[in-house]
Amino acid sequence: MGALLSSQIVQTVVLGAALLGLISGALGAFAVLRGQSLLGDAVSHAALPGIALGFLIAGGRDLGAILTGAAISGGLAALAVMAITARTRLKPDAALGVVLGVSFALGVVLLSHVQGRSGASSAGLSSFLFGQAAATLRSDLWIMGTLAAIALGIITLLWKEAKLVSFDPDYARALGLPVTRVQGMLTVMVALAIVAGLQMVGVVLMVALLIAPAAAARQWARSLAGMVILSMSFAVASGVIGALISASARGLATGPVIVLVATGIVALSMAFAPERGLIWRAIAQRARVRRLSSDRVLGTIHALARDHDNPDYPAELGMLQAEHSSATVPALTSLSARGLVREISHPPETTPHWQLTEKGRARADALNRGEATDD
Amino acid sequence: MIDAFFASIPAMVLSAGVLVGLSGALLGSFLVLRGAAMLTDAISHAIVLGIVTVWLLTGHLSGPVQLAGAVVTGLVTVALTQAVHRTGLVRMETAIGLIFPAMFALGVLLINLNARNLHLDVDAVLLGEIAFVWIDTVQVFGQPVPVANLALAAVFLINLGFVLLFWKELKIATFDPALATALGFAPGVLFHALLALTSVTAVASFEAVGAILFIAFVITPPATAFLLTRVLSRMVLIAMAVAALSCLSGYALAVWWDVNIGAMMAVMTGVFFVGTLIAGPKDGLIAGAVRKRNEARHIDSLTLIMHLAAHEHTARAGDENTRAALTSDLGWPDARARAALRSALDGGLILRQPGAGAGQPTLHLTDAGRARARALSPTGRNAAPAK
Repeated sequence: MGALLSSQIVQTVVLGAALLGLISGALGAFAVLRGQSLLGDAVSHAALPGIALGFLIAGGRDLGAILTGAAISGGLAALAVMAITARTRLKPDAALGVVLGVSFALGVVLLSHVQGRSGASSAGLSSFLFGQAAATLRSDLWIMGTLAAIALGIITLLWKEAKLVSFDPDYARALGLPVTRVQGMLTVMVALAIVAGLQMVGVVLMVALLIAPAAAARQWARSLAGMVILSMSFAVASGVIGALISASARGLATGPVIVLVATGIVALSMAFAPERGLIWRAIAQRARVRRLSSDRVLGTIHALARDHDNPDYPAELGMLQAEHSSATVPALTSLSARGLVREISHPPETTPHWQLTEKGRARADALNRGEATDD
Repeated sequence: MIDAFFASIPAMVLSAGVLVGLSGALLGSFLVLRGAAMLTDAISHAIVLGIVTVWLLTGHLSGPVQLAGAVVTGLVTVALTQAVHRTGLVRMETAIGLIFPAMFALGVLLINLNARNLHLDVDAVLLGEIAFVWIDTVQVFGQPVPVANLALAAVFLINLGFVLLFWKELKIATFDPALATALGFAPGVLFHALLALTSVTAVASFEAVGAILFIAFVITPPATAFLLTRVLSRMVLIAMAVAALSCLSGYALAVWWDVNIGAMMAVMTGVFFVGTLIAGPKDGLIAGAVRKRNEARHIDSLTLIMHLAAHEHTARAGDENTRAALTSDLGWPDARARAALRSALDGGLILRQPGAGAGQPTLHLTDAGRARARALSPTGRNAAPAK
């Protein structure tokens, strides 16, 4: 690991992956919250024609020109999706599909034109499909750093507007905020995140780095700020871990590994996140079922006591089991642990008997009135 | 004649494209209408993992095993996506965006790891190479037929058969799933069959147009047709026609400009879409703008007759009920006043009479115009209901 980290290339890649994580994590959070998860997919595929045009105009593999082209074509694609959705009866997913498919095709046409013209020198262009992290240069880090600064700067400046527009556009409109413009800006900024990831992850998989960290963060966070910060942390972690894994083994392309790490983080979050997570929910569900069955046993003892006009009526275990079968013993254990019932002997009978305590009576009465709370 | 057809490279390339387009348009029409277009995106990316997995298990890169594998991959993709969505933790589209990139990434890594044995280039999976479909052939009735074309033709016939056989069921399941369930059509099963066929078509097509271009063939022609008609049968036919025309024109342009043929065909579907979006007779942007302008003119002409009715039989009628007053009193620019006048004159709501002496012409309501004004005025509505 030490040898790995001291390598210049690995350092550059890890730094780049971290910077990329900052951008995609922050912007992805807004995209996911606004129900625009798949917009990133359309935008990233639509970056391809911009890449090819940037190459054609700059006359070579100039990263600045290529990224500018990608940002412009990606941004235009995002606006096209918005416009088609607003101006036609087509559903949003059809608009996404049309823009994604057609602009990718346009990109392939332009790439084949570039390759036909300049031969082998442009072969590097197809690396933008999956990214080529190892080809990241120190100078590229400056570009990514600038992109990160722009993205985070805009989000900080427009924090309140972006928050309101993401959660309640109608209210924002009523307050007189320029909702359409803020929405358009957040949408176009997705293109910025995509552009930042072209070198590292490539157009095809970039959408995952936008969605996965945000979806994972959503499971843990209770506030927008918390979600954005967590999403950035997850994205940075995916980027760094993915870059290190791919550097440590031969033949593992960086982009796909980063995506799989991010997916793993989502899976863990969906399983373990407190309150929302599947495992948490399963445990809570089991606790609810237990509570319900012990309340029912408590109710039965209470009813027996009432029927016999004896508040201390000793209910025989077998009688309770006849009603509640196998749930009886665990329920009684839990009830007596909570001090609601106590076990007594009732000679001459030898079987165990159960009796309500003062506290148990109070809870049973409250349950009957429908006022019981989870104690 | 038949010899010449199968021996002709352009004919083989074109027919491969057209078959992809027709199959895509058939299935895509229902997917677009159901709002499931992006599941095509998911399936076509995930299919890469399916292709590699089937190769790892059986050693076959094409043929019936791969087609069967595609059914499994497609259904697994959809099932996983739906399972993630059903947890209630993420939206449907987020679920789509989580599952297919992961499957695709896994597929790419497996291709990378097996690069030495696997003659499958990731670029080729994404982009296909329709120009080379003719290389790999089998003998059918003594004719050398390209394998890709044969598979595409078979898949097209299956798709066509499915759509024709279940036309009524698909129609109801698409527009009214609740009714379809009530009638016992199991719309879920039908929908999954549709997605399974989409997967099969994706695998049959990937050699020709690749996994991503395939999306353009499935979604764009139906989306174009959707803008042109509201009748399902017409939509499917128009989608197929758009797909076929895109392939023909795309092929010609690709040869002319010396660019990737499959991609150019897909770009042409986009050209048809944009053309329809702009110039479509009913829903096009131009038609919409014209309609909007006509509505605005119509409202202006009604404002005009209300203005005339207000001043009719008053002392100032000679001054107010003139064209000049429209500009000065209503604040309309000259062009707007002229358009409103023409619209009201054409509608037989007003008359123009020469003014007395050197005065300008005055405007008068016709009987129809007067009735209209009365019907529109808030006080007159009860007295004289609109005719």
